[in-house]
Amino acid sequence: MSLTDVQLKNLETKANDIRMSILEMLVAAGSGHTAGPMGMADIFTALYFHILNHDPKNPEWVNRDRLILSNGHIVPVRYATMAHAGYFPVTELNTLRKFGSRLQGHPERHALPGLENTSGPLGSGLSQASGIALGLRMDANSLKLSGASALFPKPHVYCLMSDGELDEGNSWEAIMFAGNRKLSNLTAIIDRNNIQIDGMTEDIMPLEPLADKWRAFNWHVIEIDGHNFTDIIDAVNQAKAIIEKPTVIIAHTIPGKGITEIEGDYKWHGVPPSKDQAEAWLKGLRTLGGKIEGGHLD
Amino acid sequence: MLYKTLKLNTEDQKATRDGFGVGLVEAGKSDERIVALTADLKESTRVEAFAQEFPDRFFEMGVAEQNLVTVASGLANYGKVPFVTSYATFSPGRNLEQIRTTVCINDVPVKIIGCHAGLTVGPDGATHQALEDIAIMRVLPNMTVVVPCDTEEARKATLTLAMTNKPAYLRLGRDKTPSITTSETSFELGKGYYAFETDSADVTIIACGALVYNAIIAAEELGSQGINVDVINMHTIKPLDRDIIISAAKKTGAIVTAEEHQITGGLGSAVAEVLAEEYPVPIEFIGVRNQFGQSGTPAELMKFYKLDSESIKGAIHDVLRRKG
Repeated sequence: MSLTDVQLKNLETKANDIRMSILEMLVAAGSGHTAGPMGMADIFTALYFHILNHDPKNPEWVNRDRLILSNGHIVPVRYATMAHAGYFPVTELNTLRKFGSRLQGHPERHALPGLENTSGPLGSGLSQASGIALGLRMDANSLKLSGASALFPKPHVYCLMSDGELDEGNSWEAIMFAGNRKLSNLTAIIDRNNIQIDGMTEDIMPLEPLADKWRAFNWHVIEIDGHNFTDIIDAVNQAKAIIEKPTVIIAHTIPGKGITEIEGDYKWHGVPPSKDQAEAWLKGLRTLGGKIEGGHLD
Repeated sequence: MLYKTLKLNTEDQKATRDGFGVGLVEAGKSDERIVALTADLKESTRVEAFAQEFPDRFFEMGVAEQNLVTVASGLANYGKVPFVTSYATFSPGRNLEQIRTTVCINDVPVKIIGCHAGLTVGPDGATHQALEDIAIMRVLPNMTVVVPCDTEEARKATLTLAMTNKPAYLRLGRDKTPSITTSETSFELGKGYYAFETDSADVTIIACGALVYNAIIAAEELGSQGINVDVINMHTIKPLDRDIIISAAKKTGAIVTAEEHQITGGLGSAVAEVLAEEYPVPIEFIGVRNQFGQSGTPAELMKFYKLDSESIKGAIHDVLRRKG
């Protein structure tokens, strides 16, 4: 199941394309969040281009894996990834946050096929994902998907969450619930980038020891480098193999990943780049940090 | 006179929550998608019978109302029809944002059952007496709001809401109340009806919940004194039956609204919104006036907060004076 060199190269290239799209759409929108979407580009790429069982041409397919986004403010990375995956034209990304657009500032379930859920207010995505996982498990025997059963329910449910939203009580209600119900068809992926709007998570409201907290709530815990595709895919495969518990993947990421100037800076949580900044950064991405001349998109 | 399918009965009293419990089991039998979740209030919210009948479709969520409604949102998103039960002060009191975002914007068929609403919770006091839940639910797009007047209407409302593919709030009381409707009485979502009607009425009471009974008693008593009063049972607050309100205003030119809720934002406000736009007439409001409740028996509280039939009669005299 490990990645071939070609697969790895393709994923890296795709993630680079998605980062460029994120910058372009944020500049066109004139508002929005930069750090989170850039930091999660690798995980979204791995999900949509390697992990998820999905069909961009049939977003309501009943046996699709469900991807629930809890921290809705990073939705530009989801839009960009979905566009590159073929859900809608890449050109539509430039309508982000504009009047009449399907790409609302925060995701709305009915606005765009394939979104799965509405989010923005933090801390309730894992509950929604738990409800979907519970429903899928109830019907596992009747879904007629090869190999699915109450013990091995399919499809799988993924919930992408931020570390900052673990301040919310609702998050811990959900963590307690999913652990209690042994929702093994649910995998939470935390964007552990250590920032939130007002500063560093460990200054605002410390989360550590984070892995121990989840273990104490009866979850299987995996910690990974959230920018390493092999790590991401191996962790998800392990999560699917654990049938006694739900799994949380604590993905250590760098906010603003890909743009050296902003990496790790919490001030980039909720603001977009200027046109000039974006142009310089896009050039960097296009040349893979100066390693190549021009770029594959030119 | 009392509408033909109604029959006032003070002998065998039951609470609206009882009718909900019966209705939920019936609904569960006819639709496998129906599931129930409770926040550690299985018995008192009357979901226990469903839990016994369908143990695989019942989920105990613990004392966690935010998770209660958001897990239900996920279940509904997947394709189930979840009924979530708690006390109205907690759900929708504590989890309003989750209801707004994950139920109403998501537009999924989660049915929020708010038990122990109103002053008639009695001795538990202000913390448990929801008087603002109609207001916060009816302001949400996509939400349906139903306040049944007795146990049989609660049963029928439950069956009806189970069949809609929309979010809904069902407001229930703790206290046993007289029955008004019968098995013959039909329940149509979004349609008020004349529970008590006279040929040449001078005033119309528009009431919901436990106050429908008090309104009918007031109408009967005033009738014997030569004041003709109509009573509309407005069990659905949203979508509101605008037509019956406008026609009532045209017929009598004087309206009294009655609810076990704050005047602000409840049934009275909803009626006033319609009439201010369509056909302004004098309105008096029976409801709680910017106060919290307190411990006491339901009867003591209804009298103190002026929700009893005597107070309704007073409001009728007031509105008739203004009508001139």
